[in-house]
Amino acid sequence: MQQDNSEKKPRRQFLKLGLLTGASAITGVGMAAPDGEKEKSSGEKMKVLTPDGKLVEIDKSSINNYPEAHVPPAEARKGIPNRKFVMVIDLSKCRNARACVDSCQKAHNLLPDQEFMKIQLMQDTDEGTPYWFPKPCYHCEYPPCVKVCPTGATFKRDDNIVLIDNEKCIGCKFCVTSCPYSARIFNWKPDPSYDSDQPYSPETSTPGQVGTVSKCDFCPDMLREGKLPHCVSSCPMGVIYFGDANEDIVTNGSETLRFSELIKDGGAYQHLEELGTKPNVYYLPAVNRQFPVDRGFNHSDEINSRYKDVPYVQKMNQDK
Amino acid sequence: MDKSEKKLALVKEFAPMLERSTKNSKIFMVFMLLVVLLGIYAAIRQMVDGQEVTGMRDNVVWGFYGVNFLYILGVSYAAAFISAILHFIKTNWKSSIVRIVEIVTVLSLMIGPFFIFLCIGRLDRLHYLFMYPRIQSPITWDVIAITTDLVVCIVYLYLTFLPDFAILRDHDELKLPKWRKNLYRYLAIGYKDTPQQKARLHKITRSMSAMIIMMAITVYTILAWIFSLTLQPGWNSTIFAPYFMVAGIYAGLSVIIVSMYILRRVYHLEDYIKRRHFTIAGYVMMILALLFGYLTFSEYFSRWYSNKTYDIQLLNSLFDRYFWYFIFGNYVTVFLPVVVIMIPKLRTIKLISITAAIAVLGIWINRYLIVVPTLENPYIPIQDNRMEFVYYSPTWVEWALIAAGIGAFCLLFTLITKFVPVIPIQELLDGPVQKGKLLPKETWEKMIVKQKTAES
Repeated sequence: MQQDNSEKKPRRQFLKLGLLTGASAITGVGMAAPDGEKEKSSGEKMKVLTPDGKLVEIDKSSINNYPEAHVPPAEARKGIPNRKFVMVIDLSKCRNARACVDSCQKAHNLLPDQEFMKIQLMQDTDEGTPYWFPKPCYHCEYPPCVKVCPTGATFKRDDNIVLIDNEKCIGCKFCVTSCPYSARIFNWKPDPSYDSDQPYSPETSTPGQVGTVSKCDFCPDMLREGKLPHCVSSCPMGVIYFGDANEDIVTNGSETLRFSELIKDGGAYQHLEELGTKPNVYYLPAVNRQFPVDRGFNHSDEINSRYKDVPYVQKMNQDK
Repeated sequence: MDKSEKKLALVKEFAPMLERSTKNSKIFMVFMLLVVLLGIYAAIRQMVDGQEVTGMRDNVVWGFYGVNFLYILGVSYAAAFISAILHFIKTNWKSSIVRIVEIVTVLSLMIGPFFIFLCIGRLDRLHYLFMYPRIQSPITWDVIAITTDLVVCIVYLYLTFLPDFAILRDHDELKLPKWRKNLYRYLAIGYKDTPQQKARLHKITRSMSAMIIMMAITVYTILAWIFSLTLQPGWNSTIFAPYFMVAGIYAGLSVIIVSMYILRRVYHLEDYIKRRHFTIAGYVMMILALLFGYLTFSEYFSRWYSNKTYDIQLLNSLFDRYFWYFIFGNYVTVFLPVVVIMIPKLRTIKLISITAAIAVLGIWINRYLIVVPTLENPYIPIQDNRMEFVYYSPTWVEWALIAAGIGAFCLLFTLITKFVPVIPIQELLDGPVQKGKLLPKETWEKMIVKQKTAES
């Protein structure tokens, strides 16, 4: 993937640019203190960088330590200031490696049959070959799911992220039927993993709760730490770009690009944009593919057989 | 004939129904109770083991429960609507059926909401609907509408029962246990049928009838909006509100006809519920069936003709996997009443009741075809090899709870008919009987003679 291109910058640089500067100190969340370090008594000062580039000295006790500190439900409604998170998925690079699915399941402690990120095999025309289509939650600008929630358990933040507070969710599932992208899943049965002692945060979506709805959360806990969502960092092909529309930057971990240029030059589209939901996940069409579609069928029968209804696969199976 | 004599005669007439239960009705009630208990067991299993014990999964998240909620509340609004309309019609035939309509209203209104509770994953958080209400959500509108409707309907029904409670209180001839006498006295809240009380009661029920008609329209609309305000291909329709209203009234009327038929047979009410009632109800049923057919056709035809990808995907599923259900729910329910009512020879009590029974099931299937296949055909194709995630099929839990719903309806219906006369006595006294039209004079005289001989 590493190609010489003057526009592409390493990931470290991206982090410096954006997600994680001193803003976190002001909002009560921090990045500076290393993991495991206990809170020091007040009086000890440290220097942090503010978003406008000034170095300020603040009390060390006013900084939360990650990952021990968690963002409680009320705090999680606010969003990370001055961010507009977006995702761009380059369909021409996806070969259904499923690393995004696995890492997401692991990070969110999902049950084996639950997936926040789903890989669809899409065939738009009878003549064309299908393409692999990773489908997270689109974190729509006008989310139909948020509109119909009777208790405000699901909400949209200023930083584009749509989250669910599973302590407020009554499990009516109206949001599931309202989402045209089938992004939401329901926790149908009690599970031992739900009894974890870990404090709950809508930003991590863990631990889950029986009888409530959950979905892809764009990993705000990672973003606060200046890291990329699990699906992005785990993808071996660099299919998924993530970033901030305000700063006009997206990265897949190995290359960093201008969001607006990528959208313009790549002919990006939003899936089912005619529905008026304005997704914040963009797709770059599957042109000039890097892999033949068949490369994606090197999984277990359970996974391969999911796609049996796609015309291309039906034909393939007939020819065998 | 003196009014108090008539009253006494009527009380005597209905006394056997109120005083004791036959062996058959006891067996029936015990059986229904067992069905309800099985349902309660199923509900407990669902609460303990989670909704995984049902056939609902991530695509079809509302299965039988959603359909039942939609259907039973539809029946309830319909019965309330019909009851309120009957209140405004000045005829003599209505007296013998108003009580049945009222009982159907109150029972379905009590049972319907249970099904939406079963659909909810966290019943322990139901109060959040009131603690953190969001007015943008159609569910909040529904909560407001249904609770208002529940209160208004129960008050209205209580007021219509009130004069009969007073009559039952005043007749010591009835051999009833003491607690029931006391209960009647308590429920009659000092109603003595004085002209002043009568006028006041009439005024209140009249204005409440008007309220109920308007409310029925509102609640139907909001119920339909739960579906039609979403983006889903089979649901996002502008005609859903009137469509649901017509389908609901059709189903409600059919339930009423079936109840009329059963009560007439069981309690030998042939003198009160006559062929005329069935014919009138039959004509209305036919008109509703045609309206229902018109709206169904108009809904599916426009989807088919405009040929949008996602609509066609849904229609293909309806005409393939659900073919016979579609024929039954959308053709038989439309044409059967027309045939039965149009041909005078077929227009019998029995056939009208059988048609109504078929319509009760047919509309249910029509509702099922609106809720489930749409969820099975979302915008993003379902790519899953777990069959239960692709197609909905109910488990024993859902069947047991449907049976329990029907069982509870039958059980409570039987209990109510043992508690108050199925034919409102006061209505018979005030309305038609004075005109001597409902019951032929001879019947009355025969009853009085019978009573006098018994006394001497």
